[in-house]
Amino acid sequence: MTKWAGTSRPQRKVRRMAVAALAAVSMALTACTGGGTPTPSVTGATVDPTAKSLVIGATAEPATLDPTATDGAAGTQALLYNVYETLVKLDAEGHPKPLLAQAWNASPDGLTYTFKLNPAATFSDGTKVTAQAVADNIARIQNENVAPKLKTTMALVSSAAVVDDATIDITLTKPSVRWLYEMAGAAGIVMNPAGFAAAGRQTAGSGPLTLDVWLPGDSIALKKNTAYWGTPVRFDAVTFRYFKDPGAMTASMETGQLDIISNLQAPETVEQFADTSRFNVIQGSTDGEVTLAINNGGEHSNVDDPDPEKRVPRNPGNPALADVRVRKAITMAIDRQALLDTVWSGKGQLIGSMVVPTDPFYEDLTGVNPYNPDEARRLLAEAGHPKLTLRLRPAALPYASKAAQFVASQLAAVGITATVDELGFQQPWISTVMGQADYDLSIIAHVEPHDIFTFANPNYYWRYNNPDVTALAASADAGSQEQYVAELKQAARIVAEDAAAVWLFALPNLVVAKQGITGIPQNANSSLSFDVTTIARA
Amino acid sequence: MLARLGIFVASLLAASLVIFVITQALPGDVAAAILGFGATPEQLAAKRAELGTDRPFLIQYADWIGGVLHGDFGRSWYSDIPVATLIAPRLEVTSSLVLLGLALALVIALPLGAVAALERRQWQGFTTSALAQFGMAIPAFWAGILLVFVFAVTLRWFPANGYSPLARGLGPWASHLVLPVVALGAVQGAVLIRYVRSAFLEVLGEDYYRTARSIGWTRWRALARHGVRNAALSLVTVLGLQLATVIVGAIVIERVFVLPGLGSLLLDMVGRHDLIVVRGVVLLLVFVVLLINAAVDISYALIDPRLRTSGRA
Repeated sequence: MTKWAGTSRPQRKVRRMAVAALAAVSMALTACTGGGTPTPSVTGATVDPTAKSLVIGATAEPATLDPTATDGAAGTQALLYNVYETLVKLDAEGHPKPLLAQAWNASPDGLTYTFKLNPAATFSDGTKVTAQAVADNIARIQNENVAPKLKTTMALVSSAAVVDDATIDITLTKPSVRWLYEMAGAAGIVMNPAGFAAAGRQTAGSGPLTLDVWLPGDSIALKKNTAYWGTPVRFDAVTFRYFKDPGAMTASMETGQLDIISNLQAPETVEQFADTSRFNVIQGSTDGEVTLAINNGGEHSNVDDPDPEKRVPRNPGNPALADVRVRKAITMAIDRQALLDTVWSGKGQLIGSMVVPTDPFYEDLTGVNPYNPDEARRLLAEAGHPKLTLRLRPAALPYASKAAQFVASQLAAVGITATVDELGFQQPWISTVMGQADYDLSIIAHVEPHDIFTFANPNYYWRYNNPDVTALAASADAGSQEQYVAELKQAARIVAEDAAAVWLFALPNLVVAKQGITGIPQNANSSLSFDVTTIARA
Repeated sequence: MLARLGIFVASLLAASLVIFVITQALPGDVAAAILGFGATPEQLAAKRAELGTDRPFLIQYADWIGGVLHGDFGRSWYSDIPVATLIAPRLEVTSSLVLLGLALALVIALPLGAVAALERRQWQGFTTSALAQFGMAIPAFWAGILLVFVFAVTLRWFPANGYSPLARGLGPWASHLVLPVVALGAVQGAVLIRYVRSAFLEVLGEDYYRTARSIGWTRWRALARHGVRNAALSLVTVLGLQLATVIVGAIVIERVFVLPGLGSLLLDMVGRHDLIVVRGVVLLLVFVVLLINAAVDISYALIDPRLRTSGRA
């Protein structure tokens, strides 16, 4: 039998104290940011909400604000041209035009570029963009531990000589057409040297916007740089909001929380924006090639390095893939039009090599190794692999997972068993597939401009080693603009005929905007940036 | 009291070691992830040295826990932002969601649980129990997606997702939280109904309840006067346990509603292998759960005077 105890006065007091204590704990939990301290870290709290603002939905969220620290397009999408500026910028046709550099010329031997900086250009803190600042940025990429891709670009620079405040002579170790194109991307960013130390968490650019608040994983809020030296942006605040789930982004657009979806990751939802009184759908092209990577089986040049630290393990890919017949059979086994229809709702374009239609050296190569499962079976039998088991290790990204299922079922029809093993993109895909080439097949979109050059690098994870392609790429880079186009065209054809990879489709640029928003570039020619400098609201 | 504090600190230290061991065992190399393709072994080594991930395990642990004891949780390996700075603005989001969600769950579960117990042989009781079963079977993320579709996309009553901090006004804060709190609280409420029901059922079989009824009190009055306090003992235990579940549920809800809370931070940083942040967030969550358990223990003594004397022995 339970005995009931009444509540006496002192007990009540204890209880009240306990309740107060619990309340204090919960207050402490809720009130951490509400307490007057200026930590406005949640979605752009310092900008007046009545100001002219633009909210953009995006998917690739940067891990650091320093666009030179890490590989990939996420770091530059929100910041390039908006916050950070480069010496040159590419126009809609993909040709370099002035930005921080008013003019430039190459010496007759193609070794030295002389850049004349715009004398009006200033950083957001008011200091001038000088030739010394350009030299400091080159030195930083050369000497600091930044993304290897940028180091490779700047390794070409043998000297950066400051002539005067607004003139710099940059001398290369060998002539390179491509180097100037690279100056329009992350390698060409001129950061305020005063901001080098804190570049991961603060920006120090010369662009029309500056960082207001960054809430990692959620949003980057930018505000107008009122002292901008060029044509100002038409908004007081521009916020990039990041979504992992395309459905959530679509819902936000439908409810009017977003002004723009920077690139629709669920093209099947495009019908939801069919109401032209509310929305405007812009379909253009990007530099992205969705690629079924094949481990071509070429050995990495560091395999026999005497230094064990530098030695790379032997290529762990399936040796059958070194046979061009097997690679051709894989290409011919896949109905790429059906794949595009299934995976990306038919939006996008079929391509036959690592070149997108907006590249100056594009040529329609979709007819090389066309869809033909019977021929694929015959080639496999001829190569002695009527049955073959391959590891298909796509990055765990929506389009790659969908494409992997489709590819696996089509390969099964010609006798290839593809065991699908999805790897998280940042980890471990980058280190396992890209770093160690521990894969047979993989799927990822390559968004770098002019990335045909990756097939000229035998160390790249394609492990494609064709001296002809390497020589063509080197000669194209060292020659004239015309030679660049002609020789890259040749290289693209060889790579296609070698079936060095399967180019599934070129990613479209699918932008959804509220009706009345204008000036959004149709083509994301440099997929590296969502450039807001031309955008306006009617 | 001192012994209890000792156990608290020891549990926290043990948890910190477990967290460290598990995160350390995750496959992948953050230096390779940061630098991307083409990093030379020298560059990777330099990056590891910069981050300190090349040091022996115990040194890394000692360094981390030493910092934590001084309130320094380290800095993100990618962005160099202090972990505490990353966590601070998210506390408001997650605690708003968890506390309001739990409050809603209680508001749902207490009256309905009482109905289910008192009217257990009537249609009201059956209906309530059936509803509870049904509610428990709904995954919170699915409820979230459904709520967004109906109340945000179709009816436009609330924003589809996102968060507006309290500092920017109560109205926007509340409107952003309604749907996530309902998604979290309704499902939790359904779970709680069953516990409330069985706790009350136990009371209904007790002598004091029969006595109260025999002196002419109504069922509801007897239950309210004697039942609630007696049932509270087991309910507080359940609530303590459920709160941990609610925090886990909040992680899912934060994803569905794109709320910048601790759960979103945790998932992002695990995906990115930014382990120093992961450790900080998990340790904080463990701390909160331990604190709740301690509060549950203390509340026993407040609710039931008999436990107060035994506590001292």
